[in-house]
Amino acid sequence: MDINEWNILLVDDEVEFVTTLAERLDLRGIAARVAHDGESALKAVADAEPHVMVLDVMMPGMKGIEVLQRVREQHPAVQVVMLTGQGKTRDGIEGMRHGAFAYLTKPLDIEELIRTLSEAVAAGQGTHHA
Amino acid sequence: MKNILSAPISNIEADIGTEINSPKRYHLLRRKIVSLMALVTLIPLLSLAGLNYYEHQNTMAAEIQAPLRALVGKAKHSFELFLAERTSAVSFIASAYSFDELSDDANLQRIFQVMRREFTGFVDLGLIDVAGNQVSYAGPYDLKGRNYTEQAWFHQVQFKGTYVSDVFLGFRKFPHVVIAVRHTTESGRSWILRATLDTMHFDRIISAMGLEPGSDAFLVNRNGILQTESRRYGKVLDILPFEMPSTSGESNVQSFRDQKGQNNFIASAFIANTDFALVAVKPKPTAFSTWYTVRLDLLFIFVSSVILIFLAVYRVTSLLISRLQESDEQRMGAIHQMEHSQKLSSIGRLAAGVAHEINNPLAIINEKAGLMRDIMNLRPDFPDKDKFGRQIEAILRSVERCRGITHRMLSFAKRMDVKIEVLDVNAVLVETLGFLEREAQYRNVELRRELAHNLPQIPTDHGQIQQVFLNILNNALAAVPDGGQIVVRSWDESEGFIGVSVQDNGCGMSEETAKNMFEPFFTTKKEKGTGLGMSITYGIVKRLGGEIQVKTKLNEGTTMTILLPKRSVEG
Repeated sequence: MDINEWNILLVDDEVEFVTTLAERLDLRGIAARVAHDGESALKAVADAEPHVMVLDVMMPGMKGIEVLQRVREQHPAVQVVMLTGQGKTRDGIEGMRHGAFAYLTKPLDIEELIRTLSEAVAAGQGTHHA
Repeated sequence: MKNILSAPISNIEADIGTEINSPKRYHLLRRKIVSLMALVTLIPLLSLAGLNYYEHQNTMAAEIQAPLRALVGKAKHSFELFLAERTSAVSFIASAYSFDELSDDANLQRIFQVMRREFTGFVDLGLIDVAGNQVSYAGPYDLKGRNYTEQAWFHQVQFKGTYVSDVFLGFRKFPHVVIAVRHTTESGRSWILRATLDTMHFDRIISAMGLEPGSDAFLVNRNGILQTESRRYGKVLDILPFEMPSTSGESNVQSFRDQKGQNNFIASAFIANTDFALVAVKPKPTAFSTWYTVRLDLLFIFVSSVILIFLAVYRVTSLLISRLQESDEQRMGAIHQMEHSQKLSSIGRLAAGVAHEINNPLAIINEKAGLMRDIMNLRPDFPDKDKFGRQIEAILRSVERCRGITHRMLSFAKRMDVKIEVLDVNAVLVETLGFLEREAQYRNVELRRELAHNLPQIPTDHGQIQQVFLNILNNALAAVPDGGQIVVRSWDESEGFIGVSVQDNGCGMSEETAKNMFEPFFTTKKEKGTGLGMSITYGIVKRLGGEIQVKTKLNEGTTMTILLPKRSVEG
């Protein structure tokens, strides 16, 4: 799939971080929506299923793992990349166990993110076809 | 007693309560226990010895006194018998013959001769009428016609019937005793027969007592005038140089000190119907010679037991104190280690919190700078593009550095996922050494391996144990100068552990550094290190159920020893 067709959802309570990240992806021609908490993230997924959801583990209110579980249940086609902001590998592995595609640690390397996103999109396409 | 015992005990208890681990305290404690134990053991021994001494002395005294008392009693009887015989002889003559028969000098002379033959000791015999006149006389002196009414003895005999006088010196300057007997017929006529006795026989009775050398026996009258010669206290009719002890008819023994300062036992008894007392004196030192030898034995036993008790008490106490000291040190060590672990875990929590808090703004900085660079790269005509580019690169590099730090802080604090597998520790060591061989070669540092061949495989985490070895080896390599030496050993430590040590001959550490080396953020490599290496190492070893020890001396080198459990631990 072409990079311009990607539909990405970024979920993080750090507004500055997530909006800047969305802007950077936008500059690279990647359409990225933004959600600041679990509730609005689920709503955004329900409105239009993204190809990949980048999800922060530590958020006030609904925790990342819970959001992940609900998304995996209701929208199995959506690939989730966990963002372990605290650098806690364990949280990332925990996320993987619950069906996350991959995990990345903050601060992010934009190239690494794009690489992971493309893999996730490809994986998502695979499940779609199957 | 209670005070003596309770005071040291309360002192000891008070001392045990204190936490001061000084040698002075153990000295004090040792002294107190030794003195207390010596006290409770020596007091009964002392009182036993004292009691024994006292009882023994009493018994010995009684044993010495008894023969003396018996001797005096026997000799007293001899005197009484001697005097009674002579008195009854005179009395018999007085009553067997009539006054007329006795008043005839020739008759009296004949009777006197018979009497002298039968009873030794008589010197003369005389008849005296009621008026006190000497009617007849048989003997060596011319006493006929003398009048005795003025004499005290005459009145005594008139009154009492018989009379035995004190010793006196006669005309021949020879000690004598007078025996006088009054006889009264049925018709009421009375006369007095008077005989003189030579006191030589007294001396004979006394010498028959068989006195030991140094002992003395003599007769003395109520006024303290010697009636026979004494070996130590004077001649006949001398005054006794000391106060007479209280005396009765029975012989009784007392102890007294004479005018020369000598301690004696004295036994005395009055002789019946006379004014005399028989006195025997026995000096104490000779009497106690047997006791002294016994006491020497006792003293020897006593002194050696005291020495033995003291030695035993001292040994036992020393042992006790050293054990106490050992356990105190162990306890201090355990407390120290516990404090250290606790401190580490709280610092770990703090580090995790700080890293977490910093990571989010760091991510924002990263994205903002990244966006700035993205925008700049999209516009080829951006003014001062290179200058801005360099600034952004610097920001991003700094963020990357911070990221490294926060991630290491988090990995220090976090409970890493442990993947336990059974491993050959020697193989892990060799593999880890492989990373360093190039640097060692470059710096001409010898990496010696002394690995045990029979090392059992242990269940542990490969990555973590490798990190531990790498951290320690890195430190060793940093410590040694070019051309130095690092020795890596492994051995089978005990039932439960294997040991690995890394010894270097590098710069070593000061005591202060060694104490702090496992603290997070403690570093000696000001520029290069984060100060987390050794604390992470410590945390890993602890988590794997192992022990880590450090032995170091400044400028001489360091030996790090790790003990790893042979069986995996839970948690």
